Amino acid sequence: MLSNTQSHGKEPFVRMVKRDGVPAKKAWGIRLIGLLLALVVCAVLIFAITKLNPLKVYTTMFQGAFGTTRRSWQTVREAMMLLCVSLGLAPAFMMRFWNIGAEGQILVGGVATAGCMIYLGDKLPSVLLFAVMLIASIAAGALWGFVPAFFKAKFGTNETLFTLMMNYIAIQLTSYFVAVWEKPYGSNSVGIINDVTNAGWFKPLFGQQYGWNVVIVLVLTFAMYFYLRYSKQGYEIKVVGESENTARYAGINVKNVIIRTMIISGAVCGLSGFLAVAGSSHTISVSTAGGRGFTAIIVAWLSKFNSFVMILFSFLLAFLEKGAAEIASKFNLNDYVSDMIEGIILFFVLGSEFFIN
Amino acid sequence: MKKLLSLILAAAMLVTLGLACVSCGSSDSVSGDFKVGAILIGDDNEGYTYAHILGLKEAAKACGMSDDQLILKYSVPEDEKCYDAAIDLVEQGCKVVFSNSYGHQTHMKQAAQEYPDVTFVSMTGDLAATSGLSNYKNAFTGVYQSRYVAGVVAGMKLAELVADGKLTDANYDGKNIKLGYVGAYPYAEVVSGYTAYYLGVKSIVENVTMKVTYTNSWFDITAEGTVAEALAADGCVIISQHADSTGAPAAIQALQDKGQTVYSVGYNVDMLSVAPTAALTSASNNWSVYYTYAFKAAAAGEDILTNWSEGYETDAVAITALGESCAAGTQEKVDEVVAALKDGSLHVFDTSKFTVGGQTLNEYLADVDGDFVGETNAIWEGYFHESELRSAPYFDIRIDGIVETNNN
Repeated sequence: MLSNTQSHGKEPFVRMVKRDGVPAKKAWGIRLIGLLLALVVCAVLIFAITKLNPLKVYTTMFQGAFGTTRRSWQTVREAMMLLCVSLGLAPAFMMRFWNIGAEGQILVGGVATAGCMIYLGDKLPSVLLFAVMLIASIAAGALWGFVPAFFKAKFGTNETLFTLMMNYIAIQLTSYFVAVWEKPYGSNSVGIINDVTNAGWFKPLFGQQYGWNVVIVLVLTFAMYFYLRYSKQGYEIKVVGESENTARYAGINVKNVIIRTMIISGAVCGLSGFLAVAGSSHTISVSTAGGRGFTAIIVAWLSKFNSFVMILFSFLLAFLEKGAAEIASKFNLNDYVSDMIEGIILFFVLGSEFFIN
Repeated sequence: MKKLLSLILAAAMLVTLGLACVSCGSSDSVSGDFKVGAILIGDDNEGYTYAHILGLKEAAKACGMSDDQLILKYSVPEDEKCYDAAIDLVEQGCKVVFSNSYGHQTHMKQAAQEYPDVTFVSMTGDLAATSGLSNYKNAFTGVYQSRYVAGVVAGMKLAELVADGKLTDANYDGKNIKLGYVGAYPYAEVVSGYTAYYLGVKSIVENVTMKVTYTNSWFDITAEGTVAEALAADGCVIISQHADSTGAPAAIQALQDKGQTVYSVGYNVDMLSVAPTAALTSASNNWSVYYTYAFKAAAAGEDILTNWSEGYETDAVAITALGESCAAGTQEKVDEVVAALKDGSLHVFDTSKFTVGGQTLNEYLADVDGDFVGETNAIWEGYFHESELRSAPYFDIRIDGIVETNNN
């Protein structure tokens, strides 16, 4: 924001001054008002375009996401996936390292998981199989994070382009493995892996099919919160993000921090590939990441890298997605209308930050 | 005593309630609570799915079903979202659930295992016969027949171009005229389709060869356009497709507008809107034939066929309206060929009409049971019996005269 305190000369037409410290309560009030305004604007648009009753559309969205127990669990599952990727992105973005490569990191994690399920599914006992799948997915994601970080640290390459390019490599790599594992040859479809033995599938926890997904991601949420907020490494990440020179002056090895942080970032994104394959789809395709690598960037930024706030935004986006599919089905609207609603809501939520900072 | 009486009364009430439920479930006409669900890979912007939507709605109308008795789920990818959607449709009360893309099938099978009272139909799938599940079905039209007829239309145009001297040396490979084909993926469904089309052209003009280039996608407007342009640049005169977008016909129309002699034969939907003078026709399916059959059978409580496949005999396949560029006499020829297909005097995969490695085939072990190894002979009485042993195509023979440029 422009901070103009000069008293002489012409007064500027609009004067914008950075607010210093909005109380948390007020800040959340502003965000809530933003959300309500978004709903009003959407309502006007919905009526103008489709002539449907906006309240009915909103009710349908809600039913689509939480209308039945099963739908609620699907929404939870989607939210957990998104949360996991956002948790992975948080340390990188906090360091002002533009990791646009989560999509690829998820995919390689997913491919590693699927590979273990296919080749080792009938060879290893369950616990060992899960351990191998977990390690393989984390290692694959970590590698995908390490490569751009290494080049950034050593040669000062542009990490935005580098991580983006790594996505394309990951997509091609996934295509390649889909072609190796596809049934039948040429169909481009791997189908459900181990559909008879269910080897490498998450078992229900507390009677819930997606119980493990929730537990794993919530543990990670706490871990990431404390890592970023209270650990020495978390502090180093913050300092490097604020200013590399300050970090260097303070004796922080910036190169090491960059590489270490991106390995962690990639590893968590790789882990979400494990969740996607072993914990929900039980198959692998180029759409396994499904754009979550990019959606999670919004979640991470909106939450200001606070893990617990991320839960909220993950649910908002998962809700919007599920709700959108339901209104498409119910009212014969195609995805574009629901994409517009999602866009408007995000715009207002982002916009409300303007009035807080 | 009072307690006992109230207990007996409560029990009686429960029993009558239960009986009432049984009686409402066994009504035989397409009643108000009969619901059908469909899981679609795209929406009405995508030709293949659009054809399915039309078929579903027409069938619902034919069965006198109201709008809320047919629930459609759009843009469902081939992963757990398909399973989610299938289960959700069951919970909404659907008695039959259809899915329209090949990759949906294993997710549909998973749902079928969990809900034995609901019928799941995986259109274009190939696992039903061997799944061991009585509530899991496959269906596919005999679209190879309409591809053959589309090939006849292309052949008529080719004969006209030759007669008018419109072709140049670039259009020939030795003495053969070059054709092009934009394919999606290199497996039986696509191979069966392009071979049928090629044989249709060949039934009119003997000296043709065809190049097939794969896009490795069902729907990719840009890639399909690029591949069509590459084939046209190579001298291919007529370019057909087994891919779901309008990319190829639109690209060919643009080339034709620049003065090149090149035409397009589409798939699924009429391409005349994007290629008014380049498009000749499209091979298409009339899905309403199947959906009407399946809705009626399910509503009457009958079992739907495990493997359904019908072609011209019930008009489940067709070609779209002929474009203005079609050669004179095309309609007459088409009528003649369709009549011959209907009365069984003409077979698309007549083994006397093609060779493999210079030899005529007398036997071919096709993979019918879905284990990806051929085991069942599909050739007898002088022709390959496509879609008779199961609904999904299994003709995956690479015949002489057709070259796949990028299948490795």
